Amino acid sequence: MPATLNPERGAGLAEPRLTGEARLAQLARDKVRRKRRERTIETVLLAAACVSVFTTLGIVYILLKESFVFFQEVPLWDFLTDTQWTPLFSDARFGIVVLLSGTLTSSAVALLVAIPLGTIIAIYLSEFAGHKTRETLKPVLELLSGVPTIIYGYFALLFVTPILQKLIPGLPGFNILSAGLVMGVMIIPYVSSLSEDAMRAVPMSLREGSYAMGATRFQTAVHVVVPAALSGIASAYILGISRAVGETMILAVAAGMQPQLSFNPLEPAATITSFIVQVALGDLPHGSIGYQTIFAAGLMLLLLTLVFNLLGYWIRRRYREAY
Amino acid sequence: MSASTITLPKQPPPLKAESRGLDFYYGSFKALKSISMPVFENHVTALIGPSGCGKSTFLRCFNRMHDLYPGHRYVGEIGLMPDAVNVLAAEVDPIEVRMRISMVFQKPNPFPKSIFENVAYGLRVRNEKSRTYIEDKVEAALRGAALWDEVRDRLDEGGANLSGGQQQRLCIARALATDPEMILFDEPTSALDPIATGAIEELIGEIRKKVSVLIVTHNMQQAARVSDFVAYMYLGELIEYGETKEIFMKPKRRETEDYITGRFG
Amino acid sequence: MAAAPGAGSAPADAHADLRRMIRARKRRDVLFSVVGILSLMVGVLTLLALFVDMAITGAPRLTPEFFTSFPSRRAGQAGILSAWVGSILVMFVTAFFAVPVGVAGAIYLEEYAKKNWFTDIIEINISNLAGVPSIVYGLLALGLFVYTFGFGQSILSAGLTLALLILPIVIVATREALRSIPQHIREAAYACGASRWQVVSHHLVPYGMPGILTGVIIGMARAIGETAPIITIGALTFIAFLPPVPLTGEPPAGLFDWLFSPFTVMPIQIFNWTSRPDPAFHQNAAAAAFVLVLMTLAMNGLAIWLRYRLRKKLKW
Repeated sequence: MPATLNPERGAGLAEPRLTGEARLAQLARDKVRRKRRERTIETVLLAAACVSVFTTLGIVYILLKESFVFFQEVPLWDFLTDTQWTPLFSDARFGIVVLLSGTLTSSAVALLVAIPLGTIIAIYLSEFAGHKTRETLKPVLELLSGVPTIIYGYFALLFVTPILQKLIPGLPGFNILSAGLVMGVMIIPYVSSLSEDAMRAVPMSLREGSYAMGATRFQTAVHVVVPAALSGIASAYILGISRAVGETMILAVAAGMQPQLSFNPLEPAATITSFIVQVALGDLPHGSIGYQTIFAAGLMLLLLTLVFNLLGYWIRRRYREAY
Repeated sequence: MSASTITLPKQPPPLKAESRGLDFYYGSFKALKSISMPVFENHVTALIGPSGCGKSTFLRCFNRMHDLYPGHRYVGEIGLMPDAVNVLAAEVDPIEVRMRISMVFQKPNPFPKSIFENVAYGLRVRNEKSRTYIEDKVEAALRGAALWDEVRDRLDEGGANLSGGQQQRLCIARALATDPEMILFDEPTSALDPIATGAIEELIGEIRKKVSVLIVTHNMQQAARVSDFVAYMYLGELIEYGETKEIFMKPKRRETEDYITGRFG
Repeated sequence: MAAAPGAGSAPADAHADLRRMIRARKRRDVLFSVVGILSLMVGVLTLLALFVDMAITGAPRLTPEFFTSFPSRRAGQAGILSAWVGSILVMFVTAFFAVPVGVAGAIYLEEYAKKNWFTDIIEINISNLAGVPSIVYGLLALGLFVYTFGFGQSILSAGLTLALLILPIVIVATREALRSIPQHIREAAYACGASRWQVVSHHLVPYGMPGILTGVIIGMARAIGETAPIITIGALTFIAFLPPVPLTGEPPAGLFDWLFSPFTVMPIQIFNWTSRPDPAFHQNAAAAAFVLVLMTLAMNGLAIWLRYRLRKKLKW
């Protein structure tokens, strides 16, 4: 590189620039332009940030709008108390509890798997596992939650169900148990990852206090760390519940789409979510009662998940331990 | 709250900036109490005082750095000559202030860009398009920061690859590139080794020929070496101001003398 | 712990008891470790079983013809051409909307927004939407995009829906990336006289690129596997044609014919084949599932690699 960047003009000399009045005028023009540009940019960015608000408003609006039409046809009382769900029959019945029973049963099976296993895994990774083990196994868990749910559906129907049928004679090809078990495994990472974060946030000083008393690792984990991380663990559970209630494809593929009011996981059943899929797969004239039914079901689903989200939020707010 | 003791030189040099009755609030906490003092053109003014006395807070008023954080409130004025504009006025755009007053920070903070782009940044921000102009200014600034000979063969390398002392000189070059009227130094050598410190002090001595300098330092010896005027602050107030020789040899206030002789600090 | 002086009677016994109790508790530690590893194995083995089953069942179908054939009533001739083309086109639309809106929204929330009730509402919304089941997004799309806006059961509707779905992911990742940039870099840029947008566009977005890109890729990996919302807006499950090639056709409207075309995507094709009783179609489903999982894994892997690579170049 030469001794200076612009050798033809000698070292360090700049070309003459605007001075005096002209310079001030230039500066004033620049300033006006800059202010206008900054204001426009800020407005655009604000609009982008508001898209999420519009999404929520859109969801609420569309669900309410179509459900409103639905509830003109179907009394709310019937909707909540009828024990049959046959919306597409000529003698249509709209008892949402039928679908709710499916959602409840499948979620219960899933959570019976996800919550114990997820908690144990979280405790193990946070309190027992060495650094290397943790770093190797955490990505694997993340993978578990990254697999598309349709593939889990395939797995439930074509791998798990045949195995279960050997263990439980008479198990129908479509059943809640199979779907629920696979759902449970899929939800494990949600529970374990948040619980683990909560446990790792517990300061070492609490653990040291326990170890100093002669406690073992297991005792420290169970008696000190878990209680100290309770709010985080609770909201992890709530996240798992929310996820189970909202799951669609695994159930649509493996649980059959027969709405029945039953809590027996060994039978097929329809959930709120799989019902919506079933209807959407068929041909539904826009504006028919069948079309509006899925919005009413969707409204129910949204209310359910909203309740759980709020519960989780409230638990975090109320019981958050500040370290 | 006692009044400040200000001793102006017999023939004061031209004024570059002047704070008049400056109060500063962080939320409801009054961090600066009625500071009035001059900053003379082409001279080095040092702000000294124990930790927490408000010297950095005062420094950062000059280029409206506090505007970046909520809860700030300025009361009073800082006038910038020759047009006597009140830098703190709400109508005055902080960006314009920062285009006239540059800053060098305590911990060197070059951008993760090339050396050339670091120095050129101030010019780019002013919409400067001419490549030759930018190159000339970058070279002049790097020479002015005594860094040119060391980096001229690697202007495209990352600024963060330099040593601590070089990084700080790079930040000084960045501040010089836009021909500021004033440069604020916020404890520029506290993160550097003694040799790098010496180089920076020498640089400041050169820089002041073209630029007015206001420097915060907790190192009294540095203030004595580098500055022409010294202001001693304590608990948000200006206790005493005067020429460096006077302050260090014959301080007028008891508080100043206590600090300078190390009776506390 | 030692027997008190003068406590006399058989201190040796007390020690033996204590040691036995300690050993029992330590055994519980080991037992729990075993239980922990076994629990982890449930997840690992499930993944393995899934993979192996898909690979073995589907491998015979993974021929070049599989990728270049349309679905067919004959299992042996069916392929995923319309599915993977549809997936790519939908992903393109998704990214086109989700990336600018998500990054811009995150920039606003991190660098511009003041702490007031309005900002709180936006933030509550974003965390809420992350918990809404994906099928509800499908309902939103059906009512709003397909009918009210009239986009029909098209690639455009699908892309918009998925964009809304992954928006919280992109926003959160971008905010994290911006937050990790140290404050002194911002101060240095402002001190040079930069305006807020200049600080954002010259410094924050470039330096935050690793995190932003990671979030975008993870969002896309999620979107590519989504089935429920796409079914709800009515993607047909038997599509034996391709959408018109983008940007061909008569301008101006013809350039965008493809946006409004009926289509299918990989997850839907898998769903269709899985739902058939004929085991030959199950083979196809396994093969397609294998391809889909590979695509998802590749994207996640790319995100991790990118984050590592780009992070090395940034030093402060």
